[in-house]
Amino acid sequence: MTFDIGDGVDNAVNYILDNFAPLLDFIAAVIGAVTNGIQAALLATPMPVGLAIFVLLSLWRVGFGFAAFTAAALWLVDHMGLWSAVMETLSLVLASTLVAMLVGLPLGIAMARSDRVAAVVRPVLDLMQTMPAFVYLIPAAMFFGLGAVPGTIATVIFSMPPVVRLTNLGIRQVHVEYIEAGNAFGCTAPQLLFKVQLPNAMPSIMAGINQTIMLSLSMVVIASMIGAGGIGNTVLTGIQRLDVGTGFEGGIAVVILAVILDRITQSLGKERAGLWRTVFRTRTQAPAASIATA
Amino acid sequence: MAFATESDLSANDRGIKISIKNVFKVFGERPDRALALLKAGKTKADIHAATGCTIGVDNASFDIRTGEIFVIMGLSGSGKSTMLRLINRLIEPTSGSIEIEGRDVARMPRSELIALRRRDISMVFQSFALLPNRTVIDNAAFGLEVAGMGEAERRQRARAALRAVGLDGYDDSRTDQLSGGMKQRVGLARALAGEPTVLLMDEAFSALDPLIRTEMQDELVRLQAEHSRTIVFVSHDLDEAMRIGDRICIMQNGAVVQVGTPDEIVLKPANDYVRSFFRNVDVSQVFRAGDVARKTQVTIIERQGVSAAAALERMEHFDRDVAIILGRDKTFHGMVSRTSLIETSRDGASDPYRRAFLPGIEPIPASENLANVLGKVAASAFPVPVVDEANRYLGSISKSALLEALDRTA
Repeated sequence: MTFDIGDGVDNAVNYILDNFAPLLDFIAAVIGAVTNGIQAALLATPMPVGLAIFVLLSLWRVGFGFAAFTAAALWLVDHMGLWSAVMETLSLVLASTLVAMLVGLPLGIAMARSDRVAAVVRPVLDLMQTMPAFVYLIPAAMFFGLGAVPGTIATVIFSMPPVVRLTNLGIRQVHVEYIEAGNAFGCTAPQLLFKVQLPNAMPSIMAGINQTIMLSLSMVVIASMIGAGGIGNTVLTGIQRLDVGTGFEGGIAVVILAVILDRITQSLGKERAGLWRTVFRTRTQAPAASIATA
Repeated sequence: MAFATESDLSANDRGIKISIKNVFKVFGERPDRALALLKAGKTKADIHAATGCTIGVDNASFDIRTGEIFVIMGLSGSGKSTMLRLINRLIEPTSGSIEIEGRDVARMPRSELIALRRRDISMVFQSFALLPNRTVIDNAAFGLEVAGMGEAERRQRARAALRAVGLDGYDDSRTDQLSGGMKQRVGLARALAGEPTVLLMDEAFSALDPLIRTEMQDELVRLQAEHSRTIVFVSHDLDEAMRIGDRICIMQNGAVVQVGTPDEIVLKPANDYVRSFFRNVDVSQVFRAGDVARKTQVTIIERQGVSAAAALERMEHFDRDVAIILGRDKTFHGMVSRTSLIETSRDGASDPYRRAFLPGIEPIPASENLANVLGKVAASAFPVPVVDEANRYLGSISKSALLEALDRTA
C-alpha cells in the first residue's frame, strides 16, 4: 500500500495558488518593498562610505584589531569586483532577518507564555529547520515567481527557528525571583513582559538573532537558484561552469561577510566593548572603584 | 494604617491588619482530592502516595496586628515561605481566606489585587531579586514606575527611600557592583519607596554574613521605630526572630504550631519541635562550669616555711591582683590578693597565705550548670575558682570569660 503524499502537496499548492492569489500578491508586495528598499539604499551607498561604516561599527562594538581586519577584508572584496554582489546579499540577509524577527519574536513570546502554543510550534520549527532547503524553494518560486522576494521568503523560513526558540528559552529562563518581584510590586502582564522578562532574556534573544543572521546568510546563497541574486550568483556561476576560481572568490566573499556580521551582532548582546570601552573606561569604572573602597 | 499615636499602644491594643483563616495550600494536579483526604485525617505521606500532591500549608489560622513585626519561623519545608506568598497571592491558596483590613485577598479580582500590591503590600526577597538591567535608583523606583508615577517624582521618592536605608550616592551604580548588604538595602528601599502599610520579608537577611545581618536587623527595627508598618518576616533563625519579633509564629510541616511573644515561646513551648529551636541556642543550659573555666590566673603551691616574696614577684610579673593558693596535690586552698598578701607577709610570720585568704571565696563544682553560675560570677569582684569532685583546682571563671562563652550563641 502506498500513500501519494506528493500528490496531496501538489494539490494544496495549486489550491493556494488558485484561491489566495491576492494574499500572496500582498505578501510579495510588502516583502518586495522591504527587500528592494534596503537593497536600493545599500547599492546607492558609495563603496568608501559603506566600508567606513563597517569599519566604524567594528571599532565601536568589537575593537581595533577587528576593525583592521574588516577594512582589509572589504578592500579585498572590492578588488575581487564583488562589492555590489556582497551588498545585494547583505540586503537580502537584513530583509529576511527583519521579517524573521517581526514574526519570530512575538511567536517566541507566545511560546514562553503558553505550554500549549509551545507544544504546537516546536514540531513546526523542527520541520522548518530540517526540511532540505531546496524543497521549499520550489513552492516559494511557484507562489512568488523568481527574484528577491521568494528568495527572502525561503530564507525567512529557513532562518527563523533560532530566534523563536531562543526567545522562548530566554524568557522561560528568567530567574523566578525576578518574576516574583515583578508580580509582588504590581506588574500587569505586559509590564512584566517588557520590564522584567524581555530585558533579562536579552542575551539569549540576541544569540537567537545572531544565529538567524548566520543561517540566512547560508540560505541566500542557495536562494540564488531562484534568482535571488547577490553573491550566490557568483557561486552558482562557478558551479555551473566548473570554474573553481570564480566559485572560490564567491565563497571567500561569503565568509568575510559572515565573519563581520557574526562578530558585530554577537557584541550587541554584551556590554559595549572595544575601543569605546578603552576611551570611556575612566567614566564607567569610577563608581565601581568608589564602592570597592567604601 | 499607621498612625503616630499607635506607638503609644501596646501590641495587644492594636487592631488586626491581616487575618488568616483556615488556609490550605496543596501543590499538585488534584488539590481537591488531596484536600478531602487531608480533612479526612490522612497523613501527608498517604496523601502524596494517593494523589501525588504535597501539602504546603495545612489549615493555618492566625491574626497579624497593625504595626507589629510578626515573624514566621520554621525549618525548611515547613511552609513558612509559602505562607508569606499566600498573603500577597504570589501563590494561590487552595482554600481559606486571607483578609487584609477586611478584604479577602484570595477572592479579589486581579485588577484589585494589582492595585493592592502597588499601594499596600511590598516584598523583600532572600536573594534580593534586584533587576540586573537597572541601576540602583531605577530598582528602588521600580514599584512606583509600575504604578505609573512620573519619572521626576518617582526618582525623588526612590532617592529618599535609599537615603532612609542608609544608601547614599550609589544612585547610578549597577546592582552587581554592590555588596550583599548594600543590595538588600536597595531591596528594602524598593519595598519602602511606595510607602506600603504591609511589608513581607522572605528570609531577607539570611543570605548576608552574620555581622551585616545584625546590622540590617537593627536597621529594620530603627525604620520600624520611625514609621510603624506591619511587617511579616519569615526566618529560620531563632536569634533573629527573638531580636526583631513582636510575636512569633512557628510552623511545622505546613501547620501552625504556636503563635506568641518571644517570652511565651521560650517559657511555654507548645511541643518538642518548638523546644528544639532554642535547645541548641541556650548555652547556659548546655555548658558546665568546667567547660568555661580557664587557667589564666596565677597559681601558687603552698609550702611550709616559704615566704610570700616569690609569690608577690610572680603576681607582679603577670600583672594580676589575685592568686590561687593550691596544695601540693593541686587541691584548692584559697585565694589571696596582692594587698592582703603584702600585709600578712610584712610581719614575717611563717605561713603568710592562710591569713591572707580572701573571705567569701567559694569554689564552684565543675559539673555545675553554667546557668546556675551566672549570678555568682556576676556578683563576685574576683574570678570564681572551679574545682572537680576531689576539690582539685581546674581553673577560674572571670566575667569576661563568661560573657565570651555566652556570646557563642550569637
